[in-house]
Amino acid sequence: MKKRPKLARGVAVVGAGMSTFGMFKEKDSKDLFAEAFRELRASVDRGVDPREIEALYLGNFSNDFFAHQAHWAPLIADLTGLVPKPATRTEGACASSALAFREGVIAIASGLYDVVLVGGVEEMSKRSTEEVAEGLALANTPYAGRVGFTFPGVFGAVATAYFARYGASREHLMNVTIKSHNNAPLNPKAQFPLTIRNIMTTKSESVKRKDLTAPDWPTEKAFLGDVAVNPIVAWPLHLFDCCPISDGASAMLLVAEELAGEFTDDPIYVAGIGQGSGRGLHRSLDLTSFEATRYAAKEAYSMSGLGPEDIQFCEVHDCFSIAEIVHVEDLGFFEPGEGYKAIADGATRLDGPKPVNTSGGLKCKGHPVGATGVSQLYEVWTQLKGKAGKRQIPHGDLRVGAAHNLGGTGGTCTFTILERR
Amino acid sequence: MEGPLLSDIAYNRFIAEERLTGARCRNCGARWIPPRPICVACYSSNLEWIDVNGKGKLAAFTCIHIPPPSMAAQGYDRKNPYCVGVVELDDGGRVDARIEGVDPTNPESITIGMPMKVKFLHRTVNGKAESYLAFEPA
Repeated sequence: MKKRPKLARGVAVVGAGMSTFGMFKEKDSKDLFAEAFRELRASVDRGVDPREIEALYLGNFSNDFFAHQAHWAPLIADLTGLVPKPATRTEGACASSALAFREGVIAIASGLYDVVLVGGVEEMSKRSTEEVAEGLALANTPYAGRVGFTFPGVFGAVATAYFARYGASREHLMNVTIKSHNNAPLNPKAQFPLTIRNIMTTKSESVKRKDLTAPDWPTEKAFLGDVAVNPIVAWPLHLFDCCPISDGASAMLLVAEELAGEFTDDPIYVAGIGQGSGRGLHRSLDLTSFEATRYAAKEAYSMSGLGPEDIQFCEVHDCFSIAEIVHVEDLGFFEPGEGYKAIADGATRLDGPKPVNTSGGLKCKGHPVGATGVSQLYEVWTQLKGKAGKRQIPHGDLRVGAAHNLGGTGGTCTFTILERR
Repeated sequence: MEGPLLSDIAYNRFIAEERLTGARCRNCGARWIPPRPICVACYSSNLEWIDVNGKGKLAAFTCIHIPPPSMAAQGYDRKNPYCVGVVELDDGGRVDARIEGVDPTNPESITIGMPMKVKFLHRTVNGKAESYLAFEPA
């Protein structure tokens, strides 16, 4: 019988930082990581001397392709003054930095290190949209890639299967988009800090300035249903169902639990970590579920002794709107086929019973793929510390939050639970 | 049938010859489409090539308006989208395939569960002969 997964030694998060996400002509990966690292240092209550850091784990999917430069771990170790200490790059497509976090936790739990820097970086916007699509699709299976499936295409196919099985429709995808856009303006680091209403007003005014008849969208859903402003990318997914192309970096400082008090009076602890692998679209056991997510969640729940009902809020990997619906079911928050109904009822809003993607999610916060996993944990940490400002979850006693990160088309998934004790 | 290594290279070569193939485990009988060199039901490496009945049902699909470079080179774009999908084979297993004989500009006319039959596409892409697995309504 498989024994219950556990860490041999507890691990705490004592600092976190992330760059603003967006498309930056004047910033490269080092500039972005420097931004995240500076914020991390400032966030450690009693400070951290970088010389105390013993190792770096860095998530990066494909700066080799996007920025024509490989081998990023030593470059970032040099940037942050860690050389000659070990620096290791982790690659799990869009889950690359969640793997870095997990490797950092394992390294401390093993007793090898006491203080570890983890993070991620990706610099995508200097390539054209077509090139970025090609670069991302390298993380597809060869069978899907060969017949022309793009990333949005794979998730579009998941959506058609989900719609047919459970009776959901495009309107339910729109609920996810509208909710993410409602949270984003509250996040100063978000790439698109705009509600759908804000975007409607801007579009209307720009048309009026050209002396054309302004389109009249009575509702946000009418706007999202207008293909002139929300064109199809991969049916049934439209532009506003898809995350953007982004540049960004994220970083976290992990320490052995018994040393946490040297850095802060208010550590956040790693309660559970899980990671799973998937088979690719054609061999998935269920076209409306990601097996790797379910495996990762089971591991993390088992390690923490917690269940889906204990997770007070969660960041999930909403690379596409349909993905958020599938994930909230795979993570056990809602039964299969019930996720889209719960979202329609407002369950995942910032002020709902199970807030999801308070950061604005990948959709609005941005998705520099290698930086995303740790940036999701940054959001969880920030909420648990009560430092989320205008987007702080209005819940008196926030103790347990989690982040779900998905790589490729579900080939690599992680689930990480953080808690305040 | 005896044949080459149970590889994707050979699988794609068979598609060029208009054959949909897979592997059958001689130890436990499990079937794998596309073929695999190791049976992951019993972990035997004693597998053989099989020809697969090209009939099935559409299990999932999408119509792609923003193509990757390989599809753009075949003339697809926003005005000329293409359909790809997952087909559940009558004999078991699923494959990713191009979906032909449907109208990608009218995705609501395409339905999950539609009976499909195999078709092989032969195209010249950037001066090179390529063959692709496809299905069309049966």
